[in-house]
Amino acid sequence: MAENEDLAEKEREKNRVAMPEQEPEERRRNFEEVPLGYTPEMAVAEASRCLQCKSPTCIEGCPVEIDIPAFIRLIKEEKFDEAIRKIWEKNRLPAICGRVCPQETQCEGRCLLAKKGRPIAIGNLERFAADSAREKGLKDLSPKPEPSGKRVAIVGSGPAGLTVAADLLARGHQVTIFEALHKPGGVLVYGIPEFRLPKEIVADEVESLEDQGAEIRCNTVIGRTITMDELFEEGYDAIFIGVGAGLPRFMNIPGENLVGILSANEYLTRANLMKAYQFPEYDTPMPKGKNVVVLGAGNVAMDSARTAMRLGADSVRIVYRRSRYEMPARAAEIHHAEEEGVEFLLLTNPTRFLGDDEGRVVGMECIRMELGEPDASGRRRPVPIQGSEFEIPCDLVIIAVGTGANPLLTRSTDGLELNRRGYIVADPETGETSIEGVWAGGDIVTGSATVIEAMGAGRRAARSIHERLTRDLQPSKSVED
Amino acid sequence: MHQIVRREEMANGNVILNEIEAPYIARKAKPGQFVILKADERGERIPLTMADTDPERGTITVIYKVVGKSTELFKSLKEGDSYQDAVGPLGQPTHLEKVGTVACVGGGTGIAVLYPITRGLKRAGNRVISIIGARTADRLFLEEEMRAVSDELFVCTDDGSRGHHGFVTEILKKVLEEETLSLVVAVGPVLMMKLISEMTRPRGVKTIVSLNPIMIDGTGMCGGCRVLVDGENRFACVDGPEFDGHKVDFDQLMQRLGAYQSEERKSSEAHRCRLER
Ligand SMILES: Cc1cc2nc3c(=O)[nH]c(=O)nc-3n(C[C@H](O)[C@H](O)[C@H](O)COP(=O)(O)OP(=O)(O)OC[C@H]3O[C@@H](n4cnc5c(N)ncnc54)[C@H](O)[C@@H]3O)c2cc1C
Ligand SMILES: Cc1cc2nc3c(=O)[nH]c(=O)nc-3n(C[C@H](O)[C@H](O)[C@H](O)COP(=O)(O)OP(=O)(O)OC[C@H]3O[C@@H](n4cnc5c(N)ncnc54)[C@H](O)[C@@H]3O)c2cc1C
Ligand code: SF4
Ligand code: SF4
Ligand code: FES
Repeated sequence: MAENEDLAEKEREKNRVAMPEQEPEERRRNFEEVPLGYTPEMAVAEASRCLQCKSPTCIEGCPVEIDIPAFIRLIKEEKFDEAIRKIWEKNRLPAICGRVCPQETQCEGRCLLAKKGRPIAIGNLERFAADSAREKGLKDLSPKPEPSGKRVAIVGSGPAGLTVAADLLARGHQVTIFEALHKPGGVLVYGIPEFRLPKEIVADEVESLEDQGAEIRCNTVIGRTITMDELFEEGYDAIFIGVGAGLPRFMNIPGENLVGILSANEYLTRANLMKAYQFPEYDTPMPKGKNVVVLGAGNVAMDSARTAMRLGADSVRIVYRRSRYEMPARAAEIHHAEEEGVEFLLLTNPTRFLGDDEGRVVGMECIRMELGEPDASGRRRPVPIQGSEFEIPCDLVIIAVGTGANPLLTRSTDGLELNRRGYIVADPETGETSIEGVWAGGDIVTGSATVIEAMGAGRRAARSIHERLTRDLQPSKSVED
Repeated sequence: MHQIVRREEMANGNVILNEIEAPYIARKAKPGQFVILKADERGERIPLTMADTDPERGTITVIYKVVGKSTELFKSLKEGDSYQDAVGPLGQPTHLEKVGTVACVGGGTGIAVLYPITRGLKRAGNRVISIIGARTADRLFLEEEMRAVSDELFVCTDDGSRGHHGFVTEILKKVLEEETLSLVVAVGPVLMMKLISEMTRPRGVKTIVSLNPIMIDGTGMCGGCRVLVDGENRFACVDGPEFDGHKVDFDQLMQRLGAYQSEERKSSEAHRCRLER
């Protein structure tokens, strides 16, 4: 009996259904999505591998606690519409999360089968369910709630803000989203490239929020166009701040302002938000390089490197001061980048940039590193090897070594408590800040994290905002105004 | 959508004035601040200083020189047409106070940016000496407007077709010798601002310059607008665009402004082809 189970398990493990992808040779020069999605047959086959665990650990790995075995079982039974409804109970943006969550450290990392190296492809299945619903035009139409008469202002239209909007709408509150850029979506539109997350998917999600009554005001910088105080004066009963962590960090080494050295934020914003990869059909120019260097090894670095490859670079190198094991990017992105010909120069740190007479970058001096004792993060600290300096030629450098808290809003808002690094201090359970009636969540509280964590924070904040607003509605409180 | 309610051409059509509906921005804007405009879906985000605002009408006025693809596209917009996007007010307002006698120096496009600052300094009660210059007479604009907000106005052209034959710096030199200036404001080509800052430094005259690095978001998110001021990187869109001229690394700014020159030329050519077809 046990032997039989063992055998059956072996079968299951072997067959993790790979998602078909564009071939590396072809995709490294186009901007179309790389993974092509499961067919229904593939999805059913993958869903069939799930053990339907009694106490499913996978759920613990999902910050919004999707009932993973339940939706997988529904896929296995080919009840695709019901599967997506099951997911919608917990996650408003499954087409996005299925594509961009770091599943290996979240749901899939906690799947029972992960120990054997073959976890269920939960992300792929979530994406499948979401995409088939999208194709059919299936919508998450919960019955329209009684209007509460309360209005909430949401600052920032990234995943945190979008989630707060959806959850509050579903509870009958009116919401207005204020966005500084000319398109809503936050990092989902300005940061993550088309080949990883088609912008059409984000636009669909935003549109469905609008269908449900959300007002979205782009080109509105809170702290400049309108201040927080003025939002209250305009009659909003609560404000949620989800402005992200969009302050680019630089290396602070000599030569960093040479022409041809830019932040990943600038590079990706040009490419994605401004569609500069379609220059000159679109008006914004894109810096091009033959020999491109990307500093850093997170998702942002992979996105930059793969964008540079698609724009026709001869060589693209990721330079990272730690080893492969510490690279923070999603496993799939590292793998994709490698397949597309991105090279990795690990245990290497830049020391200065070299320029020509016209101030254009022509090279970079680096030093080799070795791993020493573990640091505060538990990762082994890279230390330079004296005398190991060497130069590499490059004509475009993209700096993707992390971001900080953008002070534009926080600096212009009195009484908002910030931590030492400039992030907003908010209650982790409720999102409440030091100002009465103001909540915050997402990257502006935690520092850069993930899409699903920002959504989780949005969900908790929405719950807390709702409680406060309905408490205020109790007849015991006066309703004069 | 932001409709153009008034449109004027100046300097033989090289400079355009647009008064645009943007009530939220008009309500808030202060002299020295700018907006970012985008004409249509495919357009670039272009930073322009507000020359004027009318909170009651809910409009802002920009004056821009036609220099490349996007400003050419802006020029093609007629009264009644609209900009798709307008965001602002961005940047720090000019610090306007009564300090005594000030010189306001503008070259080329810089005059558009200089004008509202000059007006603000005049209204604050300063004695204002203004010096504006252009390559030739028919490239000059806002002369009458500048005269109206200045106690004295000098005009220069490189070819002598109007006013002083020569550069604004030559006039400023004289003014520096004859007057006790409390402040110099310089807006124009980077080289001009650099030269002026070098002239005022030994005399210890405080000098404010308004920088125009390449910008994208205008909210401190991309770092494209970073300029070296006093050895430190500052973002012109949030910390500026005005800085202490004695502390700005102008050479670096000049190089960084040239970053997209070949692409911009390509873009402009492609644009002309589209227009001609
Ligand atoms: C290139 C890149 C790739 C990434 N890849 C992944 C991935 O694969 N998987 C993953 O899980 N995570 C990824 N992340 C991280 C993830 O995108 C973020 O953690 C998440 O988007 C944070 O969401 P948010 O809602 O807090 O803020 P954001 O998505 O940053 O949105 C904030 C929004 O607020 C707006 N805003 C800012 N200031 C103001 C203001 N004053 N007034 C009005 N609006 C304002 C901004 O313009 C922006 O649109 C990536 C990030 C980047 C940059
Ligand atoms: C804060 C600020 C305020 C400004 N105010 C005014 C104004 O009131 N009136 C006015 O005539 N001009 C102003 N400018 C300059 C104006 O933004 C540029 O002339 C315009 O962007 C040129 O675009 P183009 O496509 O027509 O020309 P292009 O062909 O793109 O370029 C022509 C020149 O403009 C520079 N440039 C290109 N794109 C940008 C950009 N996004 N930001 C800044 N410079 C750029 C290029 O380096 C080049 O030297 C201002 C710039 C800044 C940063
Ligand atoms: S939302 Fe993300 S973490 Fe949760 S199940 Fe889906 S892919 Fe996994
Ligand atoms: S832990 Fe893995 S196998 Fe178990 S229910 Fe979750 S997805 Fe299925
Ligand atoms: S324009 Fe992007 S940071 Fe200033």
